[in-house]
Amino acid sequence: MDTLLNLTIFLPILGLLGVLVVRNENLVKWISLVVTTATFIISLPLMLNFNSASSETAQFVFESGSWLPGLDVKYIVGLDGLSLLLFMLTTFIGPIVVISAWHSVEKHVTGFYAMLLILETASLGVFASLDLFMFYIFFELSLIPMYFLIGIWGGKGRIEATLKFFIYTLVGSLIMLVALIYLGYDAGNVVNGGVFTTDWRLLSSSAYMIDLGVQTYLFFAFALAFCIKVPLFPFHTWLPYAHTEAPTAGSVVLAAIMLKMGTYGLLRVLLPIFPNATYEFAPYFGVLAVIGIIYGALVAMVQKDVKKLVAYSSVSHLGFVVLGVFALNTVAIQGAILQMVNHGLSTGALFLIVGMIYDRRHTRMISDFGGISSVMPVFAVMFMIATMASIGLPGLNGFVGEFLILNGSFQSEALNSSWFTIISTSGVILAAVYMLWMFRRVMFGSVVHEANKSLVDLNAREIGLLVPLMLAMFWIGFYPSAFTKYSEKQVNVLLQESIIKKEKTVQVFSAQSTDWVKNVYELSENLEVSEK
Amino acid sequence: MDLDLTASLIIATPLAGFLLNGLAGLFFPSYRKLKTVIGSIATLAVAIPFLLVVNVFLQTTPDAGAQVVRLFTWIQAGDFTSEFAYRFDQLSLIMGMVVTGVGSLIHIYSMGYMKDDEGYYKFFAYLNLFIFMMMNLVMGNNLLLLFLGWEGVGVSSYLLIGFWYQDQEKAAAGMKAFVYNRVGDFAFLIAMFMTFQTIGSLDFDVIINNLDKIPGDYKFWIAFLMFVGATGKSAQLPLFVWLPDAMAGPTPVSALIHAATMVTSGIYLIARMSFLYVFVPEVMIIVAVVGAVTAIVAASIAITQQDIKKVLAYSTVSQLGYMFLALGSGGFIAAIFHVVTHAFFKACLFLGSGSVIHAMHHVEHELHHHGKHAHFDPQDMRFMGGLRKYMPSTYITFLVATIAIAGIPPLAGFFSKDEILAFVFNASNVVEGASALYIALWGIGIVTALMTAFYMFRLTFTTFHGEFKLPKKVKGAEDSEKYLHESPITMTLPLWVLGILSLVGGFMGIPDFIVHHGNWLHHWLEGVTAHFEFNLSHSMEWILLSVSVVIAVTGVSIAYFMYFKGDPDTSDAAVAKRFGSFYQVWSEKYRLDEFYEGYIANPVVRFSDKVLAVFDMKVVDGFVNLVAGIVRLSGSLLRYVQTGLTSSYAFMLVLGVVLVIGIIVFS
Repeated sequence: MDTLLNLTIFLPILGLLGVLVVRNENLVKWISLVVTTATFIISLPLMLNFNSASSETAQFVFESGSWLPGLDVKYIVGLDGLSLLLFMLTTFIGPIVVISAWHSVEKHVTGFYAMLLILETASLGVFASLDLFMFYIFFELSLIPMYFLIGIWGGKGRIEATLKFFIYTLVGSLIMLVALIYLGYDAGNVVNGGVFTTDWRLLSSSAYMIDLGVQTYLFFAFALAFCIKVPLFPFHTWLPYAHTEAPTAGSVVLAAIMLKMGTYGLLRVLLPIFPNATYEFAPYFGVLAVIGIIYGALVAMVQKDVKKLVAYSSVSHLGFVVLGVFALNTVAIQGAILQMVNHGLSTGALFLIVGMIYDRRHTRMISDFGGISSVMPVFAVMFMIATMASIGLPGLNGFVGEFLILNGSFQSEALNSSWFTIISTSGVILAAVYMLWMFRRVMFGSVVHEANKSLVDLNAREIGLLVPLMLAMFWIGFYPSAFTKYSEKQVNVLLQESIIKKEKTVQVFSAQSTDWVKNVYELSENLEVSEK
Repeated sequence: MDLDLTASLIIATPLAGFLLNGLAGLFFPSYRKLKTVIGSIATLAVAIPFLLVVNVFLQTTPDAGAQVVRLFTWIQAGDFTSEFAYRFDQLSLIMGMVVTGVGSLIHIYSMGYMKDDEGYYKFFAYLNLFIFMMMNLVMGNNLLLLFLGWEGVGVSSYLLIGFWYQDQEKAAAGMKAFVYNRVGDFAFLIAMFMTFQTIGSLDFDVIINNLDKIPGDYKFWIAFLMFVGATGKSAQLPLFVWLPDAMAGPTPVSALIHAATMVTSGIYLIARMSFLYVFVPEVMIIVAVVGAVTAIVAASIAITQQDIKKVLAYSTVSQLGYMFLALGSGGFIAAIFHVVTHAFFKACLFLGSGSVIHAMHHVEHELHHHGKHAHFDPQDMRFMGGLRKYMPSTYITFLVATIAIAGIPPLAGFFSKDEILAFVFNASNVVEGASALYIALWGIGIVTALMTAFYMFRLTFTTFHGEFKLPKKVKGAEDSEKYLHESPITMTLPLWVLGILSLVGGFMGIPDFIVHHGNWLHHWLEGVTAHFEFNLSHSMEWILLSVSVVIAVTGVSIAYFMYFKGDPDTSDAAVAKRFGSFYQVWSEKYRLDEFYEGYIANPVVRFSDKVLAVFDMKVVDGFVNLVAGIVRLSGSLLRYVQTGLTSSYAFMLVLGVVLVIGIIVFS
């Protein structure tokens, strides 16, 4: 099975060779479609054979020898409860993205599909890596194709937007790189006989504890990179630019997959490796998440461009995910993991839908539409379902995630105040306002603009690429336990171990802590005890 | 039949109807023309669950325990679990029969009413979706499944209010309903979080059996927040403003969703949680006060309305207020009793008004067809009058339902309303320290009853008696009475059934002091709801009953002299003059909409647009740009180290990284 995992990760890159060899653009599209579809199909056995009863440990693990001389940096991949769903989401979105660009992308077709294929391998690599150095390499690798996707196939302001996106996220990840290298040496000294290591299994084990002061620095270095990627308020301003300029396929991958690398990183890295800092600073991240939820919704409400509206709604939705992560209990984190997938499905669908209307009218301004329902009934139904999923209607996917996050955060000891939840819950009112208001102005009323009267409804290709997303939304909406079961065990174990590790770290390091560390982590009582 | 299968079919049949008609209609335009097929499928999809619920009902005894059918696990994470599980008990059976029974009748009616609409298939698909969601709401075995139905009926309502979405105003009404409901749902969600936090489950049985685990202040907040949720769905102050606008939807929708079933969900919720509510008298008082105030406020607005559906809409808000007054007075069963009788007579009234509107539309259509450009509002009762001659079935059934809502014995509304008022009066003896308050609430209830009898007969007399006023009032509509006709049988049949139910429906709850063990409904629901101790003497009950009758007759009489004998227009003017600025306030609907728009909605939008969106671009993003600018500036100062060779940049980058690491590692 580990061979299958490797094959799944690298099949898109293999397909890239085919894409580069052929000269016929049509053939390029077909090769891309076949490759991404095949990737999805061969990834299915991974999910079906995944043993959710033992999901706290990675499965289908493949481990290479060290490939950097003198350092114990290895290519380790595997799937566990944290990564499985996002990995599957990536392979599932792959063919949908390819089909979505079928007629919309006309220039440099080969290059476009090449970028998509590189992006898929990079994304799969991020989620499957169990070595943080590999995680970092894939994390950075995914930036490059997205940089070109926006920069070459984007809208009018594409250069500025893509530079902002690239440099902003790069700044974050370079700081992370510094922290990662330090972490590798430190961990090497403690748990790997003095040899540099970034094996996640070693880093996350309770044997490896980090001094509280150093832990704080490292925690913030990683957290910054992930928060920019998510993006968490106030690091979100690159997102609306990137989305408005990106081609549809780029927006879909960006929203559905790449933003998840940030929230995934929060769970994969921060909690198990820096438990003290994670627990200590959880309320601060909670505050930013809550601000993001409300702020994103309010700014989304007054957008005049549908795509920008959806982009800001992502800020709001991902605020829920971050809140769930930092609530630090099983219910909320399970909700957060599911909500990552949900956001991928519903926002992905919304970007596709916006793209379909853009292909026809070459505008995304709300005021250029009105009454579209009467000319495009099938489109209207799809748009309505995606809108309702985004609003969090029970029976659709978004509700389950939001409910678990809010319900979990309400009981959260780490956040220790029900106000986080109460304020966030008011986001459900705002979501209804900004989505339905937009929907009403675009879809309802009578057709006023002449150009809208002759709009053609969705064709079979477009219906075909939305239907799988819709089915997934209903499936998760009515039977989410089929999905949450994969991460249940690992989330439990992760939380238990992080608490143990946190307390052990305090015992070991409290005596040698500097004053500010003692203040931050409230260690004074412990110290008195030890002095006695 | 096996109960598992029964439950599955009850839930799945309307869903199947929705999917079948919806998908076939969407993708096969030729299917849309098969209106009889579409209508029959949709009607069957409600009638089958009705028969199944009745079948279970017939096998259930008043003292039988609840039977729960667990289909599958819905949400499972950590220690939270919620199932798709359905509950058969005395309360859910009553609600289930009302929903599917009245629902079936309204489906039949719609086959006639919507006959010429191009969105016919869509209409029936939405109606079936509504029934599916409503059945989840009333049959669900836990709060979360109830909430699925709760929000699901909200979406059906949204879709059906904005059914004629080409009219932006109607679409806006749909959105308004959804958003106001969401305000309530926000509170409902918090109530669920608090319930789960203290009890660890959202199953009704677990909650009811573990109420002692909830600390006192939590009891207050859970009960209060659930009630806030109910004020959204059941259109109570301060959130009722969406319901009158919801009349933008087709009339069968107003009858089914915005009168008979969905809007009573809030009452059902509180009755379902009644064992919690009796522990928190503070919340009970709030519920009773909000209900009573809503009842009288809405009734006062109803007096001033000219649109036949708007009168009924405000009447619905008022009657729902009555039900909350009952709940807040410990008369949970009385409230459910009124839910049931109200479903009969208000559905009958709405369908009757639909029949009238249908006829008026026809008149307009015929006039236009004959080249006369007469423009008038077919829902404005000032253009009606004398319709009883042309529409006898509509008239008789409408009249029966009006007598029922007015509270004239022995029709349906009399018994339920009398039981409510008795419970309010009783509460003054039971709730400590609030006896004066409950007496006052009883007074409000009595005054509201008077107003109800008055405005309902005003409506009936103006619409059906006197002479047909359209020809005189509208240019080009001369002789238009010849175009008036009775509605087809698909529409009149449901009217007759509902009319008969309005006539006899009250007999399920004849007070015990009149007929020994006469209050069947009370004994049926006794086991599943809590109630305050009832300690009024028989003579007191007789007095209260007499007062109710006198009040109702008084209201009818005033209406009779003003609107039957007198001319409606002059009488309206007389009422307006008599009440002066009060009338002004009533007819302006207390300016609640203006308040919400001017002081909440607009400021929030303006703040988001002018402050937040600008802040986002100038300050948050500006700071990012500033940092970038500083970097660029220092870059230009260091220009002389720039060689222009990529490799040297890469070298510098690596050097920098190594330097930083070096500092950290060796310091």
